[in-house]
Order: sequence, then C-alpha cells, then structure tokens
Amino acid sequence: MISEIPPEFIVKIDYEQCKRCKRCVMNCSFGCMQFKDRVIPDHKKCVACQRCVTFCPESAITITKNELSYKENANWTPEIRQNILKQAETGGMILSGMGNPRAYQILWDHLLIDACQVTNPSIDPLREPMELRTFIGRKPERLEFSADENGEIELATELGPQIKLDIPVVFAAMSYGAISLNAHKALVMAAKQSGTLMNTGEGGLHKDLYSYADNIIVQVASGRFGVHSEYLNTCVMVEIKIGQGAKPGIGGHLPGEKVGEEISKTRMIPVGTDAISPAPHHDIYSIEDLSQLIYAIKETTDYTKPVSVKISAVHNVAAIASGIVRAGADIVTIDGFRGGTGAAPMVIRDNVGIPIEVALAAVDQRLRDEGIRNNASILCAGGIRTSADMAKAIALGADAVVIGTAALVAMGCRVCQKCYTGNCAWGIATQKPELVRRLDPLVASERLSNLLRAWDLELKEILGSLGVNSIESLRGSRERLRGIGLDEMTLKILGVKPAGVGQ
Amino acid sequence: MKDNCYIPSGCSISGMINESGKRFDGNSVIRSIALMHDRGNGLGGGFAAYGIYPRHAEQFAFHMMFDHIEAKEACEEYFKDRFDIVLDEEMPTCSGGAFEEETSGRYGEYGGHPITNPPILWRYFMDVPKSKTSFVSENEYIVKNVMEVNSRIDGAFVASSGKNMGAFKGVGYPEDIGVFYKLDEYKAYIWTAHGRFPTNTPGWWGGAHPFCLLDWSIVHNGEISSYGINKRYLEPHGYKLELRTDTEVIAYLFDLLVRKHKIPMEMAIKALAPPFWKDIDRMPEREQRIATAIRQVYGGALLNGPFSVILGHSRGMIGFNDRIKLRPMTCARADDMLYMASEEAAIREIAPELGEVWSPKAGTAVIGKLSEEVI
Repeated sequence: MISEIPPEFIVKIDYEQCKRCKRCVMNCSFGCMQFKDRVIPDHKKCVACQRCVTFCPESAITITKNELSYKENANWTPEIRQNILKQAETGGMILSGMGNPRAYQILWDHLLIDACQVTNPSIDPLREPMELRTFIGRKPERLEFSADENGEIELATELGPQIKLDIPVVFAAMSYGAISLNAHKALVMAAKQSGTLMNTGEGGLHKDLYSYADNIIVQVASGRFGVHSEYLNTCVMVEIKIGQGAKPGIGGHLPGEKVGEEISKTRMIPVGTDAISPAPHHDIYSIEDLSQLIYAIKETTDYTKPVSVKISAVHNVAAIASGIVRAGADIVTIDGFRGGTGAAPMVIRDNVGIPIEVALAAVDQRLRDEGIRNNASILCAGGIRTSADMAKAIALGADAVVIGTAALVAMGCRVCQKCYTGNCAWGIATQKPELVRRLDPLVASERLSNLLRAWDLELKEILGSLGVNSIESLRGSRERLRGIGLDEMTLKILGVKPAGVGQ
Repeated sequence: MKDNCYIPSGCSISGMINESGKRFDGNSVIRSIALMHDRGNGLGGGFAAYGIYPRHAEQFAFHMMFDHIEAKEACEEYFKDRFDIVLDEEMPTCSGGAFEEETSGRYGEYGGHPITNPPILWRYFMDVPKSKTSFVSENEYIVKNVMEVNSRIDGAFVASSGKNMGAFKGVGYPEDIGVFYKLDEYKAYIWTAHGRFPTNTPGWWGGAHPFCLLDWSIVHNGEISSYGINKRYLEPHGYKLELRTDTEVIAYLFDLLVRKHKIPMEMAIKALAPPFWKDIDRMPEREQRIATAIRQVYGGALLNGPFSVILGHSRGMIGFNDRIKLRPMTCARADDMLYMASEEAAIREIAPELGEVWSPKAGTAVIGKLSEEVI
C-alpha cells in the first residue's frame, strides 16, 4: 500500500554544487537517497537526522520542514493528523524514541539562581578551591565517636558503602541493545576519565567492559537480562529499575532482529529472540517484595554496593520514594516525564508522569519531613539539559543528576527520535555493524568528557557567584532559587519564593 | 515583625574569658567593642555574659523581650503552666535622659546615642517541674518551649534561656546598649559582644546578637551563604527558625551536634567549617577517615560564606572562621585571659600588655576552656 502521509521534511539538493560523490547515499541509513545519474531524495523517508547534511563535502544539502503539508490549524496540528493517518493505515500503536518533545512548561526555565553582592563576597573559582566531590549512598543520621586510652578521638560509626563522584553527574541507564557497544564503551571510558559513573541499563554488561567496574552502575530490571552474580559484583552500585520517566508503568521490547551474537551472550538469551521486559517485575507486587529484592542484591554483593531504586516521577512519587528508602534502598533515582527512551508508545511518553522539578522537590521535602533524608541519596533524571539545570536540581535537593539525552547529543545524536528503528545514522542507537562502526568510542568518550568538564567549570562559576565553595552548600539550598512566572501552588511545592522577595 | 527581617550583617565581635573562672565586670568588654564603633551602624548591639547569676545558678534564666503588655501576659500564662517561676523581675536598665548623660564621653568619643523604644524587658528564673521531664531531658524541654514561645506567642521573644548566663541586646550602638543594661554592675567569667551593621533595617531588638539557646551564645560577623540548607537541615530536628537571621543556625547547629548528637566539640567545629578535600586527601589514615565521614554525614551543617564567630557556653569560649577566612579575627592571651576580636586594637584597648597575639588560620578553632571552678 502506498502511504498517503505527506512527507515531514523536504530534502533539497543543490545540483549546481553537488559533485555526485554519493557520500549522502552511503551515509543515509534510512534509505532516503537514491542515485540515478544524480542524487534523488525520497522525502517521505527523511527523518532529519542531519547525517547527509553533515557529511556532504559541498554543503549541497538542506533539509527543511514540509511547512504546508497540512493546512494550518491550531487544534488539529500536523503531528496529530499525521499520527491519525498512520494509525488509520496500520492500526498500530505509534512508537517513538527520545524524551517527551511537547511544549509543556519547563520549570527549570522558571527558576533563577541567586548571587552575592557586597555583604557576602562571591568567590573566584580560579583562585580558590571549589569542591564538587559528592558521595552517593546511605548515611547515618549522626556519627558517634569514642576516645582510645591516649584520649585520641576515634570514629565509632561505620558507614555503609559510599560512591565518590568528582562531579555530581552520572550517565543514565541506556542498555546495550538500545544503544551500541561502541556507545557503551564511550560512556564508560568518559565516566572513568571524569570520575563518575555510567549505567548499564537493563541489557547486561558486555565482557569487554568488566575492567571498568569502578565506574559502572549495573541495572536489574524486570527482564533480568544479563543478571548473574558476577555482573552484580562488577560495579560500584546496583540499580533496581522499577520505572522509566519516558514510559512509567510500561515494559520494554528489544526486537529479535537486534539480538545478535554479542547481545545474546550479554543478555543471556538466544540469538534472534525478542527481549521483552515485563511492565512490572513479576516478583515485585508490593513494597515488601521490593525490600526482598534489595536485600537479595545486598546479600549477593556482601553489602559492599549501595542499591538504588529507580522510579518514574508519578503523582504519588514522594510517598513511594519514602517507602523505597524505608525498604532499604540507599539511593532513589527519580526519572521525570521528559526522560528519554529507545522506544515507547508515544501516547505514554507524551502524557504520563510529572515534571522532574516538582517530583524532586516533593521527594526531598518528604524525606526531610520524615527525618530520613540522610538515609538515601537522590539522583535526579529526566530532562537535565545544561549545567544550569544541574545546579537548580541540586539546589532543589538532588545529590547528583543523571544525563542520558545530553550525553547522546554530545556523542553526535541529532534527536531525530528514531532510536526504535535501529537505523541510527550516527552509530548510537543501532546494532547494525556498518552503522555501529561510525561511532569511534575514543572520539565519543572525549566529547563526553569535554561536556562534563565544561559543566564542571560552569557549576564552579555558579557556586563562586553564590559565595560558597562546596557543593554541600548548594544541595537543598532552595533559598538560593527564585521562581519567575510560576503560580503560588507550584512555588509552594518547589519550596521556592517568587523573584523579588528577599530572604 | 518576625516575618520579614532577615539581616545580612557586617559587624564587629569581641570576646574574653578568664580561664581560671575569675569574674570581672562589663566595662572591659564595652570598651573593646566601643573601639570598633565604625564597624557597626547603630542598628544592633549586644552582649552575652556567663556567671552573672550565682544566686540563681540552678535556675534557667530567661531574658525576655515583649513588644507589648499583651505579649507579656500571654507569655506569663504560658510559663505558669510549664515552669516553676522562682523569681521574675524587670531587667535593670537606665533609660531616657539619665542614660544619655551617663553615656556621653564615657567610652571614647562615641556614645550618647540614646536608646529609644525598648521593648518590655523582663527576666524569669525558672525551674523545670520534675513532672515535665519524664520523657524528655530538661534541656530538651527548654529548647522545645523556647521554640514555642518564639514562634507562637506574638510579640514575645526569648533573648536567652541558659543557666547563670544571659544576653543583653538591642537596637543601638553596642557601647550604648552596654550602658543601657548597666553591664558594669554584672560580673562574668566570659563576656562576648557584638556591634552590628545590618544592610537592611528592621530595627528589631530580637534580631540583635548574641543569639542564645540554653547556655549557647553566638556572636557572628559575616553572612551564612549556606543558610538555606542549614535551615532545612535543622528543621526536621525540631528547630524552628523563626528569627530569619542566618546567625541563629549556628547556635542551633551546635546544640544539635554537641548536645543532641554528643559529638566532641572539635568534631562539631570540623563539621561546621570542614577542611578542604585536597587537605583531607593528604591526612593520615585515621584523621582522613574521620574528616571524610564528617563531611559525608554532616554536609547540611557545613557553614559557607564569610564569617567569624565566637561561641560561648558555660564551660568555655570558642572562636572560628569560615574555610577561607573572609572575615577577620585576632586572638591573644595574657595570663589566664583569652581574648578574641575582629581587630587586634580592640584587644590592645583593654589589655595593652599581651603575651601571645595571633590570627588563627581559616577553619581553625581557638578554644578557651574553663580550667577551674568559677570564683
């Protein structure tokens, strides 16, 4: 059947410039470019991934939006009509990749940061020490000391395992399967270089990466792919994935065509079989069940690894997080509704969950109200785009933030949202060897390290302007934030005063 | 008034302790703080004194400020149900014209700024009834009630609540406040003083330093840039930060760490002004383990921003600075006296012959301890 859906984009080729080198034909992984004496684009196949544009040596290609493919209508937007047409043609759920792209209010952009003037001096990070070192893990509420026979003070409290981060950012859980092995390698090398962590996601850990254990979070998700005792001990932290911000309450599905030899070994499933992660863990139907899994993992790792529980930000997130901490988790990872995904039903991605800003604020406050904030660290995921977002998240109460999409963009991703097709032209979200080869792990890891270094410098500037020289003094310090253009209730939930109000 | 009176401050501080426990009158401390007149702007001055009530040493001495008589009545009603009031009396002050005359010229070229519109100042010596302490300690009971009075009784404010000590503070230059409260008539083994330069002007008596809770007193020069998180760290522990001044967090942090968590004073100071990681990384193993654990567990108690602080308590006096010493502090010893002040001149003014004089390093505490019983 020939689709009646108008093309989303128009690929324009400047034939005067074009030298007919066919590089665009080779580079397009979506089969958009054909060569018949000259390059002929099939507009309908273009996803605007910008691969051809980037690699055309003559800059002869431009991609534009197909503006008048639908008559203007503020209610029946092109996107809505396109989706209806797709569903009318196929009768299927619409899939999409990456995070929620809709124009919901972005609360980060309604928060402004304070600075020092006169009465408290700002601090120059180029001249004074500026400390970002962060420890993730359960802390006791208080320390106890004893004195030995010489009167020397000795620490009597033994702390549980603490993970040191040189910068309060970790890479998000993205599985080998959803992304390529080269992408995994780039992430783990950058994590090592920058003194932080990468997260395996739910697809297990490839043997080649075992030597990076000190910079790895291993994930245990509902499919339990690649989970065995060596895996659980090849990391500094274990994360139980309950939910994902992009698709709360929804499982995952890695199609069999992506399950080649290496993924098969890593996930411990036969080659070519679908890897289906159920929506719930079928051994977790209550908080008690979760607690059992937390302690099963702690037993397996001999209590040497902190255990995180990752949930998506939903309406009752604060109470759920409190339960998770009381169930024994050392870390709570909250993933907001803008969090990314390799594939999710669009209806879920775009309509389910709540913004991370309010979820984070509610969880931090709830744990404080219950006097258990020290019992767990909070990782904030799903929608952190810049170092400013990171600073604001930390001020709202996060111990560290989690970046997925930002890391992918640093590696070359153009956010075309076609991760689920397996055709990623940039070698990131694909398993096709000819595409995977396009991503050089060394180059990509350097780009990731550069991003973290830039954020490190920017965060230090922010701390300096706030007149503090340690990240602890920003963490949870909502007094240093002001809201602009927010309603009273949202301000109350965020625990932030409106701009214009002094202390 | 309590709602909107956060005050970043500039300020001068001075403190002195006789480590042998000999008591001396308030003239020296007034002269010392008066020398630093220009560091303040007349919008707040105050003193803390230890050992001033030997005859009521076993009672909690509440120094109260009331905005109006209704507040006093409400507060007394509140006290009656919760304490045994052994004695209550008006704070002795010299007010009006008599005061002006008395101050003029007495402490150098300054003075003579009349103290106007004082609140009702009253002191109460009270016992905690045995029946009230079945489930909580006496101190805990006092803290809870101080928080209640400050937050719930409109127009009432507890200036200090310790035993055998008291705070004398108000709106004005410190030397004038000192004369106003007749501090030359009190004898103490520790005196601390504060002259204030707030950058906005609520003119609120309760907002002056020192800040006191139980026998803790804090005088503070600087601003706590980490106030936001220090406040949120303290709140779940039952502290109500109603005064909206950054200084009160210091008093409450010491109360939490030293009294409630029972951690040694040196360690509490390490939590409030911890060493940098670059230094921790070079420490011997045992020290490193302690310093790391303190930073991991007490991150919310870290005080950031410029400050020099003198903490008084019944057994001693402690001075310390922020981690990069953004506010001045000089210390000196002479015989059994230990002095601390924002400026060396403020010490020389009262003790020209000094033994050791030094400026403590950033983040390093200077600790004065009472070595003998109070005489």
